[in-house]
Amino acid sequence: MTATLSRSTFTGLRCKECGHPYEASARHVCEDVCFGPLEVVYDYEAIKNRVSRATIEAGPASIWRYRDFLPIEGDPIDVGTGFTPLLKAGNLAKRLGLKSLYIKNDGVNMPTLSFKDRVVSVALTRARELGFTTVSCASTGNLANSTAAIAAHAGLDCCVFIPSDLELGKVLGTLVYNPTLMAVHGNYDQVNRLCSEVANTFGWGFVNINLRPYYSEGSKTLGYEVIEQLGWQLPDHIVAPLASGSLFTKIRKGFDEFIKVGLVDEKAVRFSGAQAEGCSPIAQAFAEGRDFITPVKPNTIAKSIAIGNPADGPYAIDIANKTKGTIAAVTDSEIIEGIKLLAETEGVFTETAGGTTIAVLKKLVEAGKINPDETTVAYITGNGLKTTEAIASSIGEPYLIEATLDSFKAAWQRSQAG
Amino acid sequence: MAVQVLIPTPLQKFTNDEATAELTASSVDGLLDALEGRYPGIKGRLCDEAGKLRRFLNVYVNSEDIRFLDNQNTPLKDGDEVSIVPAVAGG
Repeated sequence: MTATLSRSTFTGLRCKECGHPYEASARHVCEDVCFGPLEVVYDYEAIKNRVSRATIEAGPASIWRYRDFLPIEGDPIDVGTGFTPLLKAGNLAKRLGLKSLYIKNDGVNMPTLSFKDRVVSVALTRARELGFTTVSCASTGNLANSTAAIAAHAGLDCCVFIPSDLELGKVLGTLVYNPTLMAVHGNYDQVNRLCSEVANTFGWGFVNINLRPYYSEGSKTLGYEVIEQLGWQLPDHIVAPLASGSLFTKIRKGFDEFIKVGLVDEKAVRFSGAQAEGCSPIAQAFAEGRDFITPVKPNTIAKSIAIGNPADGPYAIDIANKTKGTIAAVTDSEIIEGIKLLAETEGVFTETAGGTTIAVLKKLVEAGKINPDETTVAYITGNGLKTTEAIASSIGEPYLIEATLDSFKAAWQRSQAG
Repeated sequence: MAVQVLIPTPLQKFTNDEATAELTASSVDGLLDALEGRYPGIKGRLCDEAGKLRRFLNVYVNSEDIRFLDNQNTPLKDGDEVSIVPAVAGG
C-alpha cells in the first residue's frame, strides 16, 4: 500500500464551517463540534509540484486525468467518465443575442448520461478503499442510475433509494443493472431522511451521505474540463442548475484550485444558478436577500433538481453574491421551451434540469444580466431520453403516410404549409 | 408526554450507543432540555450558544420537517416520533 498511498495528495477531512479536523474515513458531518459539512483537505504544494498542463494533457480522456486533485489513494474505477464535449453554441448564441456561448454537455457522460457519473466514480473508488462491500444512495434518479451502473462494473453490491413517482426511464435505467431498488412513497427529502437513518445502522457506503466529502469532489472536474477545453482559460460567466447546490460550489472550487496551483491565470468568473419555480428555495432566498434557506415541498417536472431542503443552498447564494452572478427560477412551461430551444438550435437533447438551465440563461440575457460579450458556459447535466414524458405532449407528431410517392407528396405539402 | 427520539450515529456517544431514547416533553424546545437533562452535553452539539438548532441539522416530528410546523415551538404529544438528521448532499 505504501507505493499507492504516496500517490494521494489529500491529508484528511475538515469542517467547512468551524475548521475542526477529522481523519479521512467515511463521515460527512462535524460530529465533534457544529454538524457542519466536512470537506477534503489537500496538500496543494504537493499537487503543484506534481502537475502541469502537459501532465494533465497526457492523461486519460476521463476525469482521472485530474486524479491528483481527487481524494483517492490507489487505482481509480475508470469507466470513461468525464471529458465530455464543450460545444461552441453558435446558433443558440445568435438566437439569444450572445457572442460567445458554450454548452458543457454532460448529457453524454459515461456510463449513464449525466454528471452524476463523475461524483459516483470518485465515491465508489473511495468506498472500495474504505472497505465497503455494499454501496447505496438517496436519489432523484440520475444518481441511482450512476450508482447502480458503476457498482455493477466494480463488483460492489448495491441498494438504492428513489422517490416512487420518478420518470420511467430513470427507474428502468437503474433496474437494468440489477441492484436492489427501493421506491419510497414520498419526495426526495423524505427519501433522504430515511437513508440517513439506514446509513446510521446498516454500515453501507452511501455516496451522498457518509461518502459525501469524497463524492462531491467529483464535480470539480466540470470546472477543470471547461478551463482545459477553453484552451486553459477561465470563462467570464457560468450558468448551472441548482438542486442541493453542491455542483455549483464545486465548479467554483475547481476553478479556484487551478488558479491556486498556477494552471490558469486568475480572473473573475460570474456564477449564476438555475432553479424550477416549483422547487426554488435557493432562488427565493437569493431574491429576498436571505443567507438561509426555507425548505419547500417540490412540485415541478424538473424532478432531478427537485430538492426542497438543499444542503449547500447557503453556499450557493454566497457564491452568486460574491461573483456578481444571480439565481433565477423558471416555470415548467419555460423549462419545456428550454429543452426544445437547445435541441432545435444545437442538436442537444437534454432533460428537464438542462431545460431549466437554458430557460434561465434566456431569462438572464433578456434581463440584461448576461453581457453579450461575456464568454458564457451553460452546464447541461443530463440526457433528455431519460425524461421523455416531460415533453411528449409539447413536441410535433410524425406524418403517418402510405408507402407511396403520392402519399409522401401530399404529406410533404401539408408539412410545408404548416 | 412520552415521545420517541431517533438519535443519529454521531450523537450516540452521548446515549451509550442507544439509537433511540424515550423522553417526556411537550414541545421540541422542551425535548432539547429533556435530552440535556438525561445526556449532559448533547444540547451543546445540537444548538448554538443562543439555543437555536444548528443550521445543518434537520429535525422531523412524525416525518414532517419542523420548519413546516412551528420550528422549536412545535408541540409534541404522546407517541410522537422525533428524528434528528444531519443535512445530506444532492441526488
